[in-house]
Amino acid sequence: MARVVVDVMLKPEILDPQGQAVANALPRLGVAGVESVRIGKRIEIDFTGEADLDKAQEIADKLLANPVIEDFSIRIEESEA
Amino acid sequence: MTAAIGVVTFPGSLDDGDACRAAYLAGARVLRLWHADPDLHGVDAVILPGGFSYGDYLRCGAIARFAPVMESIIDAAKGGMPVLGICNGFQILCEAHLLPGALTRNSHLHFRNRDQVLRVESTGTAWTGGFSPGQEIVIPVKNGEGRYVADAATLDKLDAEGLVVARYVDGNPNGSQRSIAAIRNPDGNVVGIMPHPEHAVEALTGPSTDGLGFFSSVLRHLAAYERVTTP
Repeated sequence: MARVVVDVMLKPEILDPQGQAVANALPRLGVAGVESVRIGKRIEIDFTGEADLDKAQEIADKLLANPVIEDFSIRIEESEA
Repeated sequence: MTAAIGVVTFPGSLDDGDACRAAYLAGARVLRLWHADPDLHGVDAVILPGGFSYGDYLRCGAIARFAPVMESIIDAAKGGMPVLGICNGFQILCEAHLLPGALTRNSHLHFRNRDQVLRVESTGTAWTGGFSPGQEIVIPVKNGEGRYVADAATLDKLDAEGLVVARYVDGNPNGSQRSIAAIRNPDGNVVGIMPHPEHAVEALTGPSTDGLGFFSSVLRHLAAYERVTTP
């Protein structure tokens, strides 16, 4: 099994109200010094054979991320075996 | 012949029944279309209703865009067929790149459900020809992810080319950029709207009957088109 990890984040210029809500909760935990929090998604794709970065790129570009509002990055996750 | 309007049901659609009734009250023949069936069954126009298609997993409308029926609708829309996306349907039209921009989480994170004043700014579309420019209407808005966003160049283009169909008046319910509630494609056959005209078609259940104008407009548009194209 080969795993490819896709990270999807809202573009920096897109407002992230979820991240803001988390940031606003931090003082209640007694945490100070955090300037901002932004929330994204991590998607793990397990291929049956070799990790196929081209295929993962296509999946991410067509489905996992909306390029109008989101950026994504792709990497192969090395197995621990 | 009376024009036929198809209303798509995806798994998780909620407002397909109301959309059918609204089209029926306007005088259309109504056909129900199924997400897994690519056949449009000869309809003259299509409505993508509100709800949570495919559970809105991943992003609103992202998976619905790849439904078999959507392949046919995307082709038909590019060929000029009138398509109206309401709420989740608007999200699907953006995901399908039939309309620019995207709809994302309300800026205040709350689901917003209220009667909403809109100003109709573009009446040159298949769905808004029966309104007068600048007309204010009241229809319900109900969304959690209805904030319209696009980059500045896209927003400027929408404004410059008159592609904003309606804007929120008396308070922006979701933080949409430039108070955008509805947009169109340049041809005017594709319109996406976040509030719900299909919930404002009868005095018993709606805040007004202003929503009916969208459905009667498309019937008038189709009748005029038939007069032009029928030998």
